[in-house]
Amino acid sequence: MILTLQNYWADQGCAILQPYDLEMGAGTFHPATTLKALGPEPWKAAYVQPCRRPTDGRYGENPNRLQHYYQFQVILKPSPENMQELYLGSLKAIGIDAALHDIRFVEDDWESPTLGAWGLGWEVWCDGMEVSQYTYFQQVGGFDCKPVSGELTYGLERLAMFVQGIDNVYELDFNGAGISYGDVYLENEKQQSAYNFEIADTDKLFEDFRKAQDECAKLLEAKLPLPAYEQCIKSSHTFNLLDARGVISVTERQAYIGRVRDLAKGCCVAWMEKNGWEA
Amino acid sequence: MADLLIELFSEEIPARMQAKAAGDLKRLMGEALKAAGLSFDGADAFATPRRLALHMTGIPESTPDVREERRGPRADAPEKAIEGFLRGAGVAREDLVERADKKGTFLYAIIEREGRAASDVIAEALADTVKNFPWPKSQRWGTKSKDSTSLRWVRPLHSILCLFDGAVVDLEVDGIKSGNTTRGHRFMAPDEFSVSDFADYKQKLLDHKVILDPARRQTLVHDTAQTLASAAGLELVADEGLIAEVAGLVEWPVPMIGSFDASFLEVPEEVLILTMKKDQKYLVTRDPATGKLANKFIFTANIEPSDDGSAVTGGNERVIDARLSDAKFFWEQDLKGKLEDNLPALEEIVFHIDLGTVAERVERMKKLSRYLADFIPGCDADAAERAAELAKADLVSGMVYEFPEVQGVMGRYYAQAQGESDAVANAIRDHYAPLGPSDDCPSEPVSIAVALAEKLDTLVGFFGINQKPTGSKDPYALRRAALGVIRLITENRLNIELEVLLKAALSSYIFIEFRRYSRGEKTILGKDVIQMHFVFEKTRAFLDDVGIFESELRYQDEISRSKAIEAGFVQPDAEPDDQAILYTDEAKAAKANAWVLFADPKHCIVDLLNFFGDRLKVQQRDKGVRHDLIDAVFAKGDDDLVRILNRVAALSAFLESDDGANLLAGYKRAANILKIEEKKDGVSYDKPVEVGKLAATEAEALSGALASAKEAAENALISEDFEGAMAALSGLRAPIDIFFDKVIVNADEADVRANRLALLSEIRSAVNTVADFSVIEG
Repeated sequence: MILTLQNYWADQGCAILQPYDLEMGAGTFHPATTLKALGPEPWKAAYVQPCRRPTDGRYGENPNRLQHYYQFQVILKPSPENMQELYLGSLKAIGIDAALHDIRFVEDDWESPTLGAWGLGWEVWCDGMEVSQYTYFQQVGGFDCKPVSGELTYGLERLAMFVQGIDNVYELDFNGAGISYGDVYLENEKQQSAYNFEIADTDKLFEDFRKAQDECAKLLEAKLPLPAYEQCIKSSHTFNLLDARGVISVTERQAYIGRVRDLAKGCCVAWMEKNGWEA
Repeated sequence: MADLLIELFSEEIPARMQAKAAGDLKRLMGEALKAAGLSFDGADAFATPRRLALHMTGIPESTPDVREERRGPRADAPEKAIEGFLRGAGVAREDLVERADKKGTFLYAIIEREGRAASDVIAEALADTVKNFPWPKSQRWGTKSKDSTSLRWVRPLHSILCLFDGAVVDLEVDGIKSGNTTRGHRFMAPDEFSVSDFADYKQKLLDHKVILDPARRQTLVHDTAQTLASAAGLELVADEGLIAEVAGLVEWPVPMIGSFDASFLEVPEEVLILTMKKDQKYLVTRDPATGKLANKFIFTANIEPSDDGSAVTGGNERVIDARLSDAKFFWEQDLKGKLEDNLPALEEIVFHIDLGTVAERVERMKKLSRYLADFIPGCDADAAERAAELAKADLVSGMVYEFPEVQGVMGRYYAQAQGESDAVANAIRDHYAPLGPSDDCPSEPVSIAVALAEKLDTLVGFFGINQKPTGSKDPYALRRAALGVIRLITENRLNIELEVLLKAALSSYIFIEFRRYSRGEKTILGKDVIQMHFVFEKTRAFLDDVGIFESELRYQDEISRSKAIEAGFVQPDAEPDDQAILYTDEAKAAKANAWVLFADPKHCIVDLLNFFGDRLKVQQRDKGVRHDLIDAVFAKGDDDLVRILNRVAALSAFLESDDGANLLAGYKRAANILKIEEKKDGVSYDKPVEVGKLAATEAEALSGALASAKEAAENALISEDFEGAMAALSGLRAPIDIFFDKVIVNADEADVRANRLALLSEIRSAVNTVADFSVIEG
């Protein structure tokens, strides 16, 4: 399925990239989306991104929820006139027949408080199941997107479950030769859930957060937005872990989100400056 | 006369915005045409997920010719003035004519404008409407969005169809040119086609699998769903709001029936319904025999599938099974523990940064609920306190974390599971109610107590930190809370004085606050126990009146007082109720900062009473009660809502009677004369009448009648017999009428005049014992 999507989007002129080698909550965090969405230059890319959402861990007991899963991400800048048709073409490519299935665009606007970003769009339903997120980016890092990028995010496990007609993610056929998704990831979900919720050392995490914050500030001063942005990604993930450990109160939560947003904003500002773009 | 057809074709418009957008299109185009002098007979607007359409009829070919004369300066005015006039009127010098009148000779500009072609007006109006459309949220897109001033629409706009009298009206908005083509259903008939007029448009859309009229789509969803449910032997729960939303998600509605695993029916149905409705937009069904939720649901597809529908149905069934298994997981998880085990977790949840944690709120609600139990017939104080203790415990359950809408409802289930009484369990469910003017109002005694406590705690807290509603802003829903209190008290006919309740709520804040200090907890609310002394100083007197938590508060009062003495802030020999004598700047600062939360508790209570007065007036006005009557009764300073409404009812009935209407007239006459004479003389005639100096039998008779009527009215009021009080007053009608008929108030003898005026003043005071008649209109 990944191959099919890659081929399809490569045919549409997308650069096929590889996953970013840092833990992140969504494919949007990949600099190929966040940073490339800024500025005037056209850009088309597609890639797989593993995502970690510590609070979604269920110790492998829930058939649909994972703290580690895969997204397929497409970014098209500027958003093409026929983007919906292109998207529907990709569903057809992976075997979803629009004459047989009920495909719907249902309002779902996207906002990332940690990235200072928002856009309008839909969640795409296939027979009542959300299979993708479709967004027209309006702002990133607090800057207006000029031009607007169109972003597509496919939940790969969900899509695979849909295509294979399977109710439990762990029963997905992984390779058509006897290996299931559970064989690959079930134990990982159990252990990582325990780590996220019970074991992760919160003092160390607080320390990590602070360090990433300091490092990011230092790198921004050195006018190195790309490594600075990596520290921002790290701080965001550390925050998510702290959140899963339940050590961040409601009021502190906002403050932490604000700090990550400030880092993200700083990186976007530095990136714009580096490229000589005006807001 | 001709018709106009407009279609704005875009990517999927959110369902919730469609109806308003169709209305806006109709309104804006109508206004723009009218403003340009173009009339029309009728206008209808429609919306589907992908299009807004407008059909206007009876539009003339052009706007009427206009001839206007405009007067300018005098003919002999300076050249500059004349030039200015020419510029303003937009005419040339030779177009001016001179005309003389009494004041001199003036220049006139004759401005003639030919009517404009309707299609030009339409093109301009539509371009303007599209550019300035009031979407709640809008976006830029595509290559044009390099410029941040590019066109904004709810989602990318693809085409504009605009036909007037069958011909395309040419216009262009940000690169989109108008035409006579559109497209049909996204999947079943995606090709472009052209249309000639509205009838053709509607028919061709239908041929291309699009039902234009949302009302027709709704009816279709409703009727088909009903048929499917009956065929399965079930009853459809016809949720019209949901049906409207569903109709906004499809251009070609195809309702189908599906089912979920019956084992999910173990989960409370509120959760099942919520999941199906909110997340999946499914209509639910019930078993007509038992009234219970059935495991069949109706969903609406946007296509006629190429198979028999089993792929779509199977997909939807898998989705709902997955979602419900999530709900079932939480239900089972939550039931493994007890509801009361959740209580410690409430200490971690902040209610409001200045008002402490939810656990503290619960503590206050417990105290208040117990206190309120005394005022509510049949309310068990222990049960009230217990229900308050558990009321918020479900907030930290897995289910409510996942589905916040079922707060309270889940609490009831979990309370039952741990063996609480029905009264307690129901109170947990009902304590948020009533949430609006037409919502069910709790009527079980324990539920009333906790529901009142919840709202009073909110109101006193937010007024205490000066977060009152202003204008349209009411972020903490305080108006709703006050209306809830009003409904709980009046609909359950509770005889409670509001002021007492508010003070009780305030004292529970003080109590909890003090406990924080005495525990040595650092708090955001104040500094130390000494500050509490100043809080007590501000509240002691009026809390004493209420007698709430007396011994506990007194104990706290003493501790804080002794600390204040120890710190040298207060002289040891000062009487506890005296104003404390402060003699250091530090002490003054401490007093100034004393618990900013309730910097001025007296004022907070007064503000709240006024707020309640306003809310009651609004509520009664919405029910059709005259607000001047409420004002008249409110002016008496009562704060027992049931008594106020009884009094208003009695007053209203009385004024509708002949006696009442005449008495009001007599009262107004007396009050007017008094007002004039008192102003003239600069004295008040509000003094005892010397009967001997009235010098008229009619006046003496009135004086006697007044005395007895006043006494009777007062006695009746004591026993809250408002009809009796009104009846006592109605006896005054005859003697007042006779008095005004026969006696001249402003007699020549000063003594007689003064006494007769004093008599009028007695009329005023006698009538005012029942209500302030001066504010009654009529």
